Amino acid sequence: MTKSGALTVTAQGDRHIVMTRSFNAPRRLVWDAYTKPELLKRWLLGPDGWYFITCDVDLRVGGKYRFVWKNDEKNATLGMGGEYREIAAPGRLVSTEKFDDFPGEAINMMELAEHNGVTTLIVTVLSPSPEARDGILRSGMEKGVTRSYERLDDVLAAMAPAGSVA
Amino acid sequence: MKLSGYAAGGSDLLDTTFAALADPTRRAILARLAQGEASVTELAEPFAMSQPAISKHLKVLENAGLVSRGRDAQKRPCRLEAQRLAQATEWLEHYRTFWEAQFERLDGLLEEMKADDKARTKRKRPAPKR
Repeated sequence: MTKSGALTVTAQGDRHIVMTRSFNAPRRLVWDAYTKPELLKRWLLGPDGWYFITCDVDLRVGGKYRFVWKNDEKNATLGMGGEYREIAAPGRLVSTEKFDDFPGEAINMMELAEHNGVTTLIVTVLSPSPEARDGILRSGMEKGVTRSYERLDDVLAAMAPAGSVA
Repeated sequence: MKLSGYAAGGSDLLDTTFAALADPTRRAILARLAQGEASVTELAEPFAMSQPAISKHLKVLENAGLVSRGRDAQKRPCRLEAQRLAQATEWLEHYRTFWEAQFERLDGLLEEMKADDKARTKRKRPAPKR
């Protein structure tokens, strides 16, 4: 299996976030994974411990989507949703994006380009304000750090030889 | 661009770097170089662009310290200066970590979907011509 490309994330101007990544698969499969609930449920899970309780997709212009995740341990839910603005399968999807507990609505543009069976994904998020953009980055930061430490715990646990506990 | 609220050392260089990153072709070039070194010819291939046009983009990336060129006079292979990129995007790094975990799962799912696709195609055409 060919290795997929590294993920790049950049901030542009005051309000944009741009993510780029390549996948070793044709873009119609990536498109499906992004737009079909039964497939979305299998990868868009967030940090460990979170799972989908609602994953509704009405894939048409003006149609709505609604995602809700739950974490049993934290007894918390996180919901977000929006509306599809532009749909050009399998190359371009524009939608609005709003998290339940945060003010303001972002615009999310997903673009897929295919070359030699490899798909390049470009996601551009336009935040409602610079503050909201930075807030998005910070929330991702917290989750990412938490997750990294959890991962580190797993690795350390696996490294400890059996019976070596003092 | 404004970087208020962030302890971003050397913000002039950061401006140059972000300006360099503010172009889809240049980001695609970086994404390609993240997979390994490449010559200008190889880089130009996936884009509907001439080599001089690609070279121009490379110059911008080089000036921003994001790409370096090898000494080999013939090929002058381009490589990603990952450290520079990491420096410029340190405050994005954790957002990246979060998404990378999602995309790694997506990688696995796509492999499954490709295998399913293949199986389905086989069933449709039981006797493929060699």
